[in-house]
Amino acid sequence: MSVNIPAAETPRKIVWSYLLAALLSLIGLADAIYLTVEHLTGATLRCTIISGCSEVLSSPYARVGSVPLAAIGAAAYFVVFSLAILAAFGYQLARPLLAIVVSLMFLTTLWLLYLQAFVIHHFCQYCLLSAAVTTALMTILLLSGLRKQNV
Amino acid sequence: MKRFLPFLIIVAVLAVALFAAWIFLRSSQQAGDSRNTATPTGSEPAGAQPPHVRGNPSAPVTLEEFGDFQCPTCGVYYGELKTIEGEFGERLRVIFREYPLVPTHQHGLEAAQVAEAAGLQGRFWEMHDKLYENQKAWSDVKDVMPMFIDYAKQIGIETDRFGRDLSGEAVAARIFQDGKRAHALGVNATPTFFVNGKELKADSFSPDGLRDLIRKALSGAAGQ
Repeated sequence: MSVNIPAAETPRKIVWSYLLAALLSLIGLADAIYLTVEHLTGATLRCTIISGCSEVLSSPYARVGSVPLAAIGAAAYFVVFSLAILAAFGYQLARPLLAIVVSLMFLTTLWLLYLQAFVIHHFCQYCLLSAAVTTALMTILLLSGLRKQNV
Repeated sequence: MKRFLPFLIIVAVLAVALFAAWIFLRSSQQAGDSRNTATPTGSEPAGAQPPHVRGNPSAPVTLEEFGDFQCPTCGVYYGELKTIEGEFGERLRVIFREYPLVPTHQHGLEAAQVAEAAGLQGRFWEMHDKLYENQKAWSDVKDVMPMFIDYAKQIGIETDRFGRDLSGEAVAARIFQDGKRAHALGVNATPTFFVNGKELKADSFSPDGLRDLIRKALSGAAGQ
């Protein structure tokens, strides 16, 4: 079974939308790597006079077991990047997988925003950046899906 | 070649991401090391005297905490410390030192004053516990003092004297003395823990890291 379609056969706008998604996911990846390192070095765990406290990152919701949530986010963004690149180069199978992964990330983002707003009562700027990236990814995929339907 | 290009891009990004994470981790650890506090030598200010001590006064291991009652992580470690104190029993004593982060915490200084004023009536640890157990309730309140006075009543404090002590010299002097010790030791974050003079470093900052440090101090004390 062959799954790859030459890029030339793919509508150009959809290819560019996947490339844009790949670039956006790199921002999310950099953000998540930064947060993971901060978590691993303990820099986000304490309060200081200069940088204040990180109520969000020191909360129990910032970990899944002993794994920092940011590390899972970094892995997710890398998966999104890989799938977006494959989709941009015409690999059809990557497209539904990308939609599934981004949808799951978007639902997780909504849950994390709820936790920050109503449970922890504090917002983390890096988490908000990640939420913005995931929302943008979701929007791009929805728009490209709609355009594809209209082609 | 074009067939392999997406895979090459993916592998290249993975390599760059891992390399960037490694570089960043190293630089963060080096920055952490350079920020490290000094090891107490005995020549630095002793802090407020007598210190607030909980546990066996002649225990072989002393855990000295610099804390802020409004610091969320201190609030988490309040519970962790209680568990750890239970685990090590008579072998551990805990000293609490005031390090209110002003202006990071709007009520940090008031909470420190309240705890010290309670201490003047022999109720420091009762107020310490009350403040941490109710941290979320009072942290975001604008006028926090009525709540603190209510806590004082609940733990049996004579409130007229308490009100006078809050703005008195004794309370201010204790916070100042603890601050001088913190400054001499290079403390710049809360909570900061020293176990028999050794700091719990950022890269092992966790309840288990604290337990390991206590165990090492215990084995060191037993070997002497």
